[in-house]
Amino acid sequence: MTNEASNAAALAKGFGVAQYAICLKGVVWREALRFLHQRERFISALVRPLVWLFIFAAGFRSVLGVSIIPPYDTYVLYEVYITPGLMAMIQLFNGMQSSLSMVYDREMGNMRTLLVSPLPRWFLLTSRLIAGASVSLLQVYAFLLVAYLWEIEPPSLWGYVTVLPALILSGLMFGALGMLLSSLIKQLENFAGVMNFVIFPMFFASSALYPLWRVKEGGPWLAFFCELNPFTYAVELIRFAFYQQVDPLALAVVLGATIVFLAAAILAYDPSRGMLMRREGL
Amino acid sequence: MSFVTQTTDPAMAAPAALDVVGVSHSYGKRKALDNVSFSVSPSSFAVLLGLNGAGKSSLFSLITRLFATQSGAIRIFGFDVGRTPGEALRRLGVVFQARTLDLDLSIAQNLAYHAALHGIGVRQARERMQNVLEQVEMADRAKDKVRDLSGGEMRRVEIARALLHRPHMLLLDEPTVGLDIKARADILAHVRGLVAREGVGVLWATHLIDEVETSDDVVILHRGRLLDKGNVGEVASRAGAPDIGSAFAKLTGASRIEGESR
Repeated sequence: MTNEASNAAALAKGFGVAQYAICLKGVVWREALRFLHQRERFISALVRPLVWLFIFAAGFRSVLGVSIIPPYDTYVLYEVYITPGLMAMIQLFNGMQSSLSMVYDREMGNMRTLLVSPLPRWFLLTSRLIAGASVSLLQVYAFLLVAYLWEIEPPSLWGYVTVLPALILSGLMFGALGMLLSSLIKQLENFAGVMNFVIFPMFFASSALYPLWRVKEGGPWLAFFCELNPFTYAVELIRFAFYQQVDPLALAVVLGATIVFLAAAILAYDPSRGMLMRREGL
Repeated sequence: MSFVTQTTDPAMAAPAALDVVGVSHSYGKRKALDNVSFSVSPSSFAVLLGLNGAGKSSLFSLITRLFATQSGAIRIFGFDVGRTPGEALRRLGVVFQARTLDLDLSIAQNLAYHAALHGIGVRQARERMQNVLEQVEMADRAKDKVRDLSGGEMRRVEIARALLHRPHMLLLDEPTVGLDIKARADILAHVRGLVAREGVGVLWATHLIDEVETSDDVVILHRGRLLDKGNVGEVASRAGAPDIGSAFAKLTGASRIEGESR
């Protein structure tokens, strides 16, 4: 090749499946490495649900009885009832944190290194989402290990396997929600705001801490919100999967919400829609 | 080292490394770029000169397709950034103004991540990594954490990273900001070396006049408009100024701009 320009132009066109796989692997690997390097993030991701489990649930054990509702076929301890909700909470936190780090990344420029990759942008964002969800799986299983030592476990060890697909799906849903929020809301830089306006309402107005029939007794309006809240369905999906069962409604809602959130996030990050531009140009 | 003024020139067989044609861009009512056209040839070092607010960052965002071009076109080796972003971006290496390395990861891990983003497999990435780090004299530091590097070393690693997928067009956005004199000179020498040795086309954005050499091409941007472009000597004589620094000051109405912080 004599001419550098023709040399550059002679690059093979397009990307094969292998290139996509390499890219996905690289993005997940980086996210995992970063997670391992941020010990505080791991510890706080673990301590948060354990505080709920050991302090909150233990304290309310005698106050709140849970009657026999599916998937449970006996009376269960309150700790057992809230464990799936706490798994979902871990993932919700992680999803928001990871979206927050996208905003932070964008300022620091890391997001730009991702977006300047020649692979299609939808693929880059989806890879980032899968990476975030993978990290949340590590967190949830670490939590489950501690819970197991506390004798909170599924009826069969298979529960740890059957809960995995549910966790993957809910992890993707929260990641996609976070990604959408990160592209739309400028105030997201402030995590306290996310706590107040996203995490707390989603967590409390759901079936994570109390079964829906109990909420209905307390206030039909609150129950209505709980039933609109995708977090409720993530919790129920995880709860049933932990007991080797499928809640079809929960599955449908979580799947649908994941697709909608992801599609909206990809649109928001599309260069010609200009969401990024609106932020940059302020 | 010719400067291409018009891409439609039939005498030109090979496409320009970078071709910016009639690009305008506004944020709401504020116009950031107004009908800007210029190009950068392979094996040439072009300096994009402009004060803050000149539109340099907007131009870089458009070339890297952070957002889409509203009007006009940007082509990299003939590939339109809007229509064939994949083909265009894989031929482009970028060093952003902000530091974009992961501080907690090692140099090698940072480069491996970048290679993956370009679909380059592990074995090939390892070979290239060695090669690009040698080019910036950082090969013996691959295992070091980025956090432990000096500002100049980080920049060198970022340049190495930008070269990993073997682009023939390199974009650098104020790469010497915050560096001391020695590190600045180092980075400049490295990039000029790339132009001479590897035939890379470079667009170097800066507001520091002393980074311009007489053999360079310059593109002068001011408040979103292109004031002049061409060889340093031509631009200076057109402005009726003894050197490019005075020409720039005269064109933009600025007093001296050297050493001014951003």
